[in-house]
Amino acid sequence: MHTILHRSAMCGVFALSLGMLAVPFVARSEGSTQVRIDNFTFGPGKISVAKGSTVTWTNEDDIPHTVVLTALGVRSKTLDTDKAFTYQFDKAGTFAYICGLHPNMHGQVVVR
Amino acid sequence: MNISELNPDRRGFLKCMSWAGSAMVWTVAGGIPRARIIGQAEAGDSGFSFAQVSDSHLGFNKPVNTDVTGTFQQALDHVAGMEDKPAFLIHTGDITHLSAPDAFDTAAQMLGATRLPVYTVPGEHDILEEDRKSYLNRYGKGTRGDGWYSFNAHGMHFIGLVNVVNLQGNGLGDLGHEQLEWLEKDVKGLSASTPIVVFAHVPLWIVYQDWGWGTKDGARALSYLKRFGSVTVLNGHIHQVMQKVEGHVAFHTARSTAFPQGVPGVAKGPGPMPVPPGELKNVLGTAKISLVATASPLAIVDTPLAG
Repeated sequence: MHTILHRSAMCGVFALSLGMLAVPFVARSEGSTQVRIDNFTFGPGKISVAKGSTVTWTNEDDIPHTVVLTALGVRSKTLDTDKAFTYQFDKAGTFAYICGLHPNMHGQVVVR
Repeated sequence: MNISELNPDRRGFLKCMSWAGSAMVWTVAGGIPRARIIGQAEAGDSGFSFAQVSDSHLGFNKPVNTDVTGTFQQALDHVAGMEDKPAFLIHTGDITHLSAPDAFDTAAQMLGATRLPVYTVPGEHDILEEDRKSYLNRYGKGTRGDGWYSFNAHGMHFIGLVNVVNLQGNGLGDLGHEQLEWLEKDVKGLSASTPIVVFAHVPLWIVYQDWGWGTKDGARALSYLKRFGSVTVLNGHIHQVMQKVEGHVAFHTARSTAFPQGVPGVAKGPGPMPVPPGELKNVLGTAKISLVATASPLAIVDTPLAG
């Protein structure tokens, strides 16, 4: 669990610093956003990020969850408690996602 | 809860929850349930019974229950120790917590040690891998589709259904067209007096839609069973006992052997529900279902691990 979390955190830092060196304008809005999964809810349920940003979902429930970005064909592995999944959004758009195990859990990522 | 006070009529609707420490016998005759306390249960039994365990979640290790293997073993010991030994054991899914092969191995060893024939259906936790092989390799033999099947025992017809593969947008379970067509054909040749037992992981009836506790096309499955005089539907998934009777159909969900979940509309969410130390075994348990010889009803005895 720590490996995954650590790696995703590093990715965020790396992307941020690279962006800052290359194009300051992009760097300002790029970064890493965290979404908590708690009590069968994605929080915050709706986030807005800049193109190129990463989003990390961390499961803080006692029950496993997944993250399924249907339109992108992206499906995380099953995330047990404290496990995380990170995805980098390279395309602008509005991406709804669900938990594949509990499809009544909804979230949305708006990529500008 | 004293069911007799409710005086349900034949088409009456009855919904009841049995919680900590309660062990009840359900005798379902022509759609009218009678409840008795455990101990009075044995009178009238024909000698044929089977046991149900559910939601063992092997591999779960959170503070709510750090020894799910131990509590599952205790449940199996209960079953094995029953005075009139059940003919077989039904596990209504979530055998494992994360579909891990070693958890399936442990379950197979523990179930095998009961020396009872075991019939299973998968829960959504048993098919977390894309190809669902861990479950189907062990329990898929002789089944159709995603693992559904039927068999006859003691003049009764048993049907194991799979409603966890294609979970719906609102979280509800789903049987799907192919399985429903199979079910329609499967029961076609049976006489209406054949007692039917259907078992599946997610409740076939809508227990609580907000939490996805129900099966979207469960009503269609039940429409094929309408003409039968005695239909018993056994489910798991919600980790608590709930019962309902509609016409000739008795619905029943079993306790988990691993951890309890909250009561719909009361708890903040459907996750594992912590209970005070020492009380866990009051909310875990097994179910024993007996055929009563006189009128084709089934008696269901829910037994908590403690008490």
